[in-house]
Amino acid sequence: MSTLTASKPLRAGPRIDLAVIAMFGVLALVPFAAAFGAETYLLGLVTRVMVFAIAALAVDFLCGFGGLVTFGHAAFVGIGAYTVAIAGAHGVTDMAITLPLALIVSGLFAYLTGTICLRTKSVYFIMITLAFGQMAYFIAGSLAPYGGDDGITLPARSTLFGLQVFGSDRALYYAVLGSLIASYGLCRAVVYSRFGRVFRGARENPTRMATIGFDVFRYQRVGYVIAGCLGGLSGFLLANATEFVSPAYMSWQRSGELIIMVLFGGLGTLHGAIVGAAAYLLLEEWLAGFTENWKLIFGPLLVIVVLYARGGLVGLAASIKARLTRD
Amino acid sequence: MTDAVLLIENLRKSFGGLVVTDGVTLEIGPGELHAVIGPNGAGKTTLIHQISGTLTPDDGRILLNGTDIMPLPPHERAKLGLARSFQITSVLPRFSALENVALAVQARGGSSYKFFGRAASEAALNDEAMAALAEVSLDHRAGVIAAHLSHGEKRALELAIALALQPKLLLLDEPMAGTGPEESERIVTVLQRLKGRFAMLLVEHDMNAVFALADRISVLTYGRVLASGEPHQVRNDRAVTEAYLGEELE
Repeated sequence: MSTLTASKPLRAGPRIDLAVIAMFGVLALVPFAAAFGAETYLLGLVTRVMVFAIAALAVDFLCGFGGLVTFGHAAFVGIGAYTVAIAGAHGVTDMAITLPLALIVSGLFAYLTGTICLRTKSVYFIMITLAFGQMAYFIAGSLAPYGGDDGITLPARSTLFGLQVFGSDRALYYAVLGSLIASYGLCRAVVYSRFGRVFRGARENPTRMATIGFDVFRYQRVGYVIAGCLGGLSGFLLANATEFVSPAYMSWQRSGELIIMVLFGGLGTLHGAIVGAAAYLLLEEWLAGFTENWKLIFGPLLVIVVLYARGGLVGLAASIKARLTRD
Repeated sequence: MTDAVLLIENLRKSFGGLVVTDGVTLEIGPGELHAVIGPNGAGKTTLIHQISGTLTPDDGRILLNGTDIMPLPPHERAKLGLARSFQITSVLPRFSALENVALAVQARGGSSYKFFGRAASEAALNDEAMAALAEVSLDHRAGVIAAHLSHGEKRALELAIALALQPKLLLLDEPMAGTGPEESERIVTVLQRLKGRFAMLLVEHDMNAVFALADRISVLTYGRVLASGEPHQVRNDRAVTEAYLGEELE
């Protein structure tokens, strides 16, 4: 009897829904469509979308599930990118070394700054992550041997055990898509795992979590490191996609854009982060074609989405679907 | 040494010039239900906060099963077997009732640094959580989001969370606060059923509940223990009657 009632509410738990599978399916087909048109342009654009989607996933993981609003996540992207660039400047271009290195360095930065940031809450947390982000930005700008403010061009894309795995734009595209799917799968698994339950519980009621015996700070720090590593992965891919790295990757505007992507797509949904990254970057691309001041159009659009579509684009789609199936 | 589950010695705490805990000494034996009563502002909740670790006393000692827990943060005290309910209901509002309790089971047993596998599908956690919910007669509401439970059900849920921790000592901060007479009665019944399984410290304004449940009662006024003893002793203590009970027990 008891197990019967226990299992009932759980069956209705979140499954990977068809829309998400369709989304990855469309992304997998893009290169075939691109072959008919401006291939380099389209592949480059969607690669960029997916790279930022990984960073947006990390931000959604922290904000949407951990309640930790980070305003400095571009720093992790920059650290991942700079790891590739600096290693490249010293002749190390193999990703068997640079990828783990990018993850370790960004994870370590997350561990150290998280130890300080997570002592604070709410607005103070936002401000201190912003401060660390700006620190990273200015440090990158002062790296004179590696281009300083001007940035640095990569000698070549990363190789894997000497193989040119990123040799074509298409190969890079699929590597990025694979990374995005893996990141999405990882975030999903973690969010619903034992750890994730503690992480989500800490957002709900940290006092309650402490009184049942959880050291909230430690769990949040682990979550922060996971998000930091994802940011680093995004940076690693960004450096390879653009073959160029500059401090601008770490500016606070970039961190703000990641939050906008997540809000735009739908906070606390994970796939919303991917949708948001796509919507933001594609709108930017499209609107910028009309006018230099595209943000004048994008700004009100964002306000409308946040005001009238709680849950972002993903929430909007869900409510439209609900309305259609009701009739 | 005594075999007291909780031993508080000469505890002191003041906020600026206001003394809220003034040399409180208290002992709770195994399975004993010790009620602390007193007028508003007597320092009852402050006392609970100090035992659970959310407030740091200025002076004194707090021993849990002989271990000095004063230097420990709240989560480590919880690991030693200290559970508490809050005066203002404190649950995880967006989690289901079952998940609220399953998280407590998870806190007690096994690692929470597992990053794969759905925690909500772990039968071992859920079965134990269901058992705890059944003890407070909330098993039929297991799948309901905590925010959607009635006030009385939330209070019962807090008890189930505490039960799932299998505590050595349970601190109850006004478990009947804000509940209607029917729901109060239900909580009294639950507490009566739990009595004896572990030590409890009960802070409560409902005198009928206190006298129905308590093995011992301490009366707190202005942060000081005015009297302490078995219910009939306290009831007949003149100082207590004058200070506090008078109008309620006439």
